[in-house]
Amino acid sequence: MFLNSNPQLTKSGELHHLLSIEGLPAEILKQILDTAESFVGVTQREVKKVPLLRGKAIFNLFFEPSTRTRTTFEIAAKRLSADVINLAINVSSQTKGESVLDTVANLAAMQADMFIVRHSESGAPYLIARHVGEDIHVINAGDGRHAHPTQGLLDMFTIRHYKRDFTKLRVAIVGDVLHSRVARSQIHALTTLGVPELRVIGPKTLLPSNVDTLGVHVYHDLAKGLKDVDVVMMLRLQNERMQGSFLPSPQEFFKFYGLTAEKLALARPDAIVLHPGPMNRGVEIDSAVADGNQSVILPQVTFGIAIRMAVMSILAGN
Amino acid sequence: MKIHIKNGRLIDPASGTDAAQDVFITAGKIVGIGAAPSGYHANRTIDAGGLVVCPGLVDLAVRLREPGFEYMATLESEMDAAVAGGITSLACPPDTDPPLDEPGLVEMLKFRAKNLNQSRVYPVGALTVGLKGTHLTEMAELMDAGCVAFSHADAPLTDTQLLLRALQYAATFDFPVWLRPQDAGLARGGFAHDGQIATRLGLAAIPVCAETVALSTILLLARETGARVHLCRLSSKEGVDMIRQAKRDGLKISCDVTIHHAHLSEMDIGYFDSNCHLTPPLRSQRDRDALRAALADGTVDALCSDHTPVDEDAKQLPFAEAEPGATGVELLLPLTLKWAEESRLSLATGLARVTSNPARILGIDAGTLSQGASADICVFDPDRYWKVEPRALKSQGKNTPFIGLEVKGKVRYTLVEGQIVYEEK
Repeated sequence: MFLNSNPQLTKSGELHHLLSIEGLPAEILKQILDTAESFVGVTQREVKKVPLLRGKAIFNLFFEPSTRTRTTFEIAAKRLSADVINLAINVSSQTKGESVLDTVANLAAMQADMFIVRHSESGAPYLIARHVGEDIHVINAGDGRHAHPTQGLLDMFTIRHYKRDFTKLRVAIVGDVLHSRVARSQIHALTTLGVPELRVIGPKTLLPSNVDTLGVHVYHDLAKGLKDVDVVMMLRLQNERMQGSFLPSPQEFFKFYGLTAEKLALARPDAIVLHPGPMNRGVEIDSAVADGNQSVILPQVTFGIAIRMAVMSILAGN
Repeated sequence: MKIHIKNGRLIDPASGTDAAQDVFITAGKIVGIGAAPSGYHANRTIDAGGLVVCPGLVDLAVRLREPGFEYMATLESEMDAAVAGGITSLACPPDTDPPLDEPGLVEMLKFRAKNLNQSRVYPVGALTVGLKGTHLTEMAELMDAGCVAFSHADAPLTDTQLLLRALQYAATFDFPVWLRPQDAGLARGGFAHDGQIATRLGLAAIPVCAETVALSTILLLARETGARVHLCRLSSKEGVDMIRQAKRDGLKISCDVTIHHAHLSEMDIGYFDSNCHLTPPLRSQRDRDALRAALADGTVDALCSDHTPVDEDAKQLPFAEAEPGATGVELLLPLTLKWAEESRLSLATGLARVTSNPARILGIDAGTLSQGASADICVFDPDRYWKVEPRALKSQGKNTPFIGLEVKGKVRYTLVEGQIVYEEK
């Protein structure tokens, strides 16, 4: 009952860790987006490197396997001239009985400056952030179903890039919201940045029972939910949810919730389509849409590097 | 040994007494209240000026962790903690390792506890062998060995036919059956209340219907079999509403809630505080308010500590992986007083929930300060504030959501059978 003060901000309100988008003021989100803007240029130069984090040691601490997210963090850190150490801890020390905190204490003793943490349990980065020294920064690279703040931020960057003003948008998030850390980060980011109408669309088994308390409108019918939206954010459906008690089959899910060109036509003609990847073509999204001219899925990946550079450089500077 | 407790404010919830009266003890029994028996010469006089003298507390859920979990706590450490909390009788659930499913285990626990000369220990036997939910235990043998009731602790009991037969068999001998209502399937994989906090934090949830579905099954079977059923650790408004109605309908049931659920809600999880990982989960503020009201109106009979010492390493984990449970015996009294004061109830009414009521549920001769009763007594300072800090706790379990809280009410003396088993230094 005494862990209620926001652990990611310093006493003066600056960002010390990035653990969740929830609770961050719009100014900080905008600062990250603006900083990322300046890094997009760097990533398009011939020499894609700036010396901002030279001499800093950044540990990619992945307690859950992920190639994509780890790689983008690694590229981002290297473009900032930091030293990057990748650790996949899902099998090595954990099976020997070493606790998360022992692992982290050992790495901290190696003079780490920043931990990028991915963990299968919600809240693990908070536990780590509470136990590291004051000079170490923690970035949440995805924890359980809770948050994936850099993904949420890169989605905001992408939306701002194409749509400019958040306060005029109608946005729909489609699919498995219940198990999605990405969806939670997107919802907090979009509501903080002033999106006036945010919808979530999915079957009742894949929506949290209290999702409306996050400030969203709930739809179970994809056609109704997509009507006149400016942005469609698709979620990945994990393999293990495709059949069993959440859904009968991937085919039935695609029939009712898969994004096809026909369904997308119900949105605004200039609507954009996002997906955090990796995509299940033919399950949540049809190839014609994924590769179509309204898709901004590949730019998302490019912007993801700029966003991660921005977050790392801001944390290192605070 | 003759002990004279003088100048105290005597509160006996069972008789409704709340008055300045001395207590005279001889050979483990209360031999006089108010006036001394003729020719009484005390060996020891306790000056209870400014203090409350009440029956020793009776706690319906204390995990002593023996046998099997000695790395978390030992009988010695937890019995020390219990008397420091003013508890003179306690019931311990059968979820030890091995579970309390054999008379030998129960006798050993009783024997070990008795040798410590502290609180009285009342083992609750396992309802099924190994708490596996497939075979009934030898209930009559276990009762002879010293069990007071039978329960399934927090182990899943999925076979409804077996539950029916367990209740029928227990009813044959009029043995009480204690059950914590939770449908194993509906609770599967969950760690937190299915509410806005679990939604925000992305924690797998346990819906209220996990409690109410199980409760409705238990209530129907209790009616069917006539078994004496005690419902343990209710967590929801809907749950206590069902109990209230069942009691109105004349069903012979009783129930308890924990000090955690009477004071905390899902909001206290904050940013993944694993000290708030409890079984059942902390529910909404609305549920908490309903539990408090039900405790006040008598729908809920007793408050328990649900004392579950957990070692530090098992709590320093992400919320879902952390071992559920919290230490509680030393907090039962102050948190009962806090609830009673906040609910504008008299001390006597508040204390009834941790003395006479749980004693009645246990079916033991305790929880009262009448002439001739065993001298199981708690003497506490009702106005002393103290801060809950790990090093201030005698329990080997240092984890509680109440760490840092300033509480009121400090035990000064605990007597069991006329012996001073705890005295604040």
